Amino acid sequence: MIKNTPFTGKHVALGARMAAFAGYNMPISYSGINDEHAAVRNNAGVFDVSHMGEFMLKGANALELIQRVTTNDASKLTSGKAQYSSLTNEQGGIVDDLIVYCIEENNVYMLVVNASNIEKDWNWISERNTKGAEMHNISDKTCLLAIQGPNACKILQPLTSQDIMNLKYYTFVKGDFAGVSNVIISATGYTGSGGVEIYFEDKDDAASKIWDAIFETGKAAGIKPIGLGARDTLRLEMGYCLYGNDIDDATSPLEAGLGWITKLNKAEDFTAKAILEQQKAAGIERKLVGFEMLEKGIPRHDYLIKDAAGQTIGKVTSGTQAPSLNKAIGLGYVAVGHAAADTEIYIDIRNTPVKAKVVKFPFA
Amino acid sequence: MNYPAELKYTKDHEWIKLVGGNTAIIGITEFAQRELGDIVYVDVPTVGKTLAAEEVFGTVEAVKTVSDLFLPVAGTINEVNEALNGSPELVNTDPYGEGWMVKLTLSNPADLDGLLTAEAYEKLVG
Repeated sequence: MIKNTPFTGKHVALGARMAAFAGYNMPISYSGINDEHAAVRNNAGVFDVSHMGEFMLKGANALELIQRVTTNDASKLTSGKAQYSSLTNEQGGIVDDLIVYCIEENNVYMLVVNASNIEKDWNWISERNTKGAEMHNISDKTCLLAIQGPNACKILQPLTSQDIMNLKYYTFVKGDFAGVSNVIISATGYTGSGGVEIYFEDKDDAASKIWDAIFETGKAAGIKPIGLGARDTLRLEMGYCLYGNDIDDATSPLEAGLGWITKLNKAEDFTAKAILEQQKAAGIERKLVGFEMLEKGIPRHDYLIKDAAGQTIGKVTSGTQAPSLNKAIGLGYVAVGHAAADTEIYIDIRNTPVKAKVVKFPFA
Repeated sequence: MNYPAELKYTKDHEWIKLVGGNTAIIGITEFAQRELGDIVYVDVPTVGKTLAAEEVFGTVEAVKTVSDLFLPVAGTINEVNEALNGSPELVNTDPYGEGWMVKLTLSNPADLDGLLTAEAYEKLVG
C-alpha cells in the first residue's frame, strides 16, 4: 500500500504532479523541473523528503555498533555534528549511503537513510547489534523538510531563536522552529546550493504549522515548493550519488568515488574493511565518473558507454539535461583506463554512439 | 486542456494537421507535453525517410524522461522544425503552433480518416 507523508495534502492542493516513489506518494514537480531547479540555485525552495528513514541508536554501545557497520569514522563526531557515510555489505558493496547525526556524544545518534532502504537497513543493522545498543525506527513519525538555496537561511531565520545564518556545513542545532519545539535544524542538503534540513516529530499538527509558516514567511521572497524531479537534477549537477542509480549492493565505495568516507585507518574493524583494503592496494577496475555530452543527446540510466573503437567500457548510471548548465551530463562507471578527465567516450543512445568527455565534479 | 477541432489525433498523443495537398504537419498534444514536463530535445533522425503508420520517427526528451514519437499515418518525413533545435520549450509553450515537429508527405491522405477526432481524443485522455 502506498503511504502518504504528513504533507501530501499540501502537495495535492498546490497542484503538484504526484507519483509513487519508494512506496510513498511524492510530489515530482509543481511549476516545472527547470523553474524549480532555478528557484533553488538562485533563491530558495522547500522539499518534502519525509519519506527518508530515521533510526535512533542509543546507549553505551551505540557508537561501537555504528563504527562496525559504517565506513566513515563516527568517533570523530561531537554533539551537534553530522557525517556522510555508507553501510557496506560483506562483499564490499554498498547497503546504503546515510548521514550519521551525533545528538549526544557517545550516547545518542540518529542515522538518516534512503526511503527505499529503510527495511533493509534496519534489518542489516539490527542483525549486527550484538552488544545491545538501543534502537528505534522513528521513520514513520518523523517529518523532514529540506529548505535549500542561497537565500534559504535568511528567509527562515525569523522562525527560530537558533542562529541558523552561521550554522556550519554538516552541523546542526536543536530548538524551536515556527512555534514547534525540539526541531533539528541541520546545515545539510542534496542540492549544493546551501540551506538547511529540518527534522521534527509528526504530532500536534506540527507538519502543517511548519509548512504554513515557511511559506508565509518566504512568500515575499518568492520561496517555492520543489519536487523530486528538480531534486534529482540539482544533485546530479553536483555529482552527488543516488542510491539505486549510481551506487548499490554491487558497487564499492572506492569505485563510487566515496573513498573520502571510507576510513580504512580507523581503529575499529567494519564490514568488508579487508576487501576494501585489498581493492585499494590492488587498484579498482572501474570508476564512477562524470561526463558531459559533446554532441546532441541525453544520457540515461543503463545506456552503454563505449570507446572510440566501439568497445563497451561501462554503463551510464544517471543522466539529464542539466538545467543550470545548459548541457547534457551524466554519471557512469567506466574501466579505469578511461576515467581520466578529458577522456573521450561515447554514449550509446538508441544504437548511435554520441560523443562525450569525462569531466571533474562538480559539473560546470 | 485545449484540443483544436481542426486536428486529428492518435492514442499515442500526437496530432496531425493537413496544410495543403497531401502535406501535413505533426506534433504532440497539450496533454503529452504536460505529462512529459520540460522538453529539452527533439530528435528526428528520419528526415527523408518513408515510414509506415505507427513507426517511430523520432524521440522527445524531457528533463526526466524520453519518449518515442510515432507516425500517425504512413508518409515521407520532409522537414523537421529547426526552431526546436534552439528552443525545444516551444513544444511546451505552443504544442499546436510553433512547437510542431515534422512535415510529412502523406502516402495516402485518406489514412487521416482513421484517426481520432478532437472529441474522441479528449475522451481518451479524460
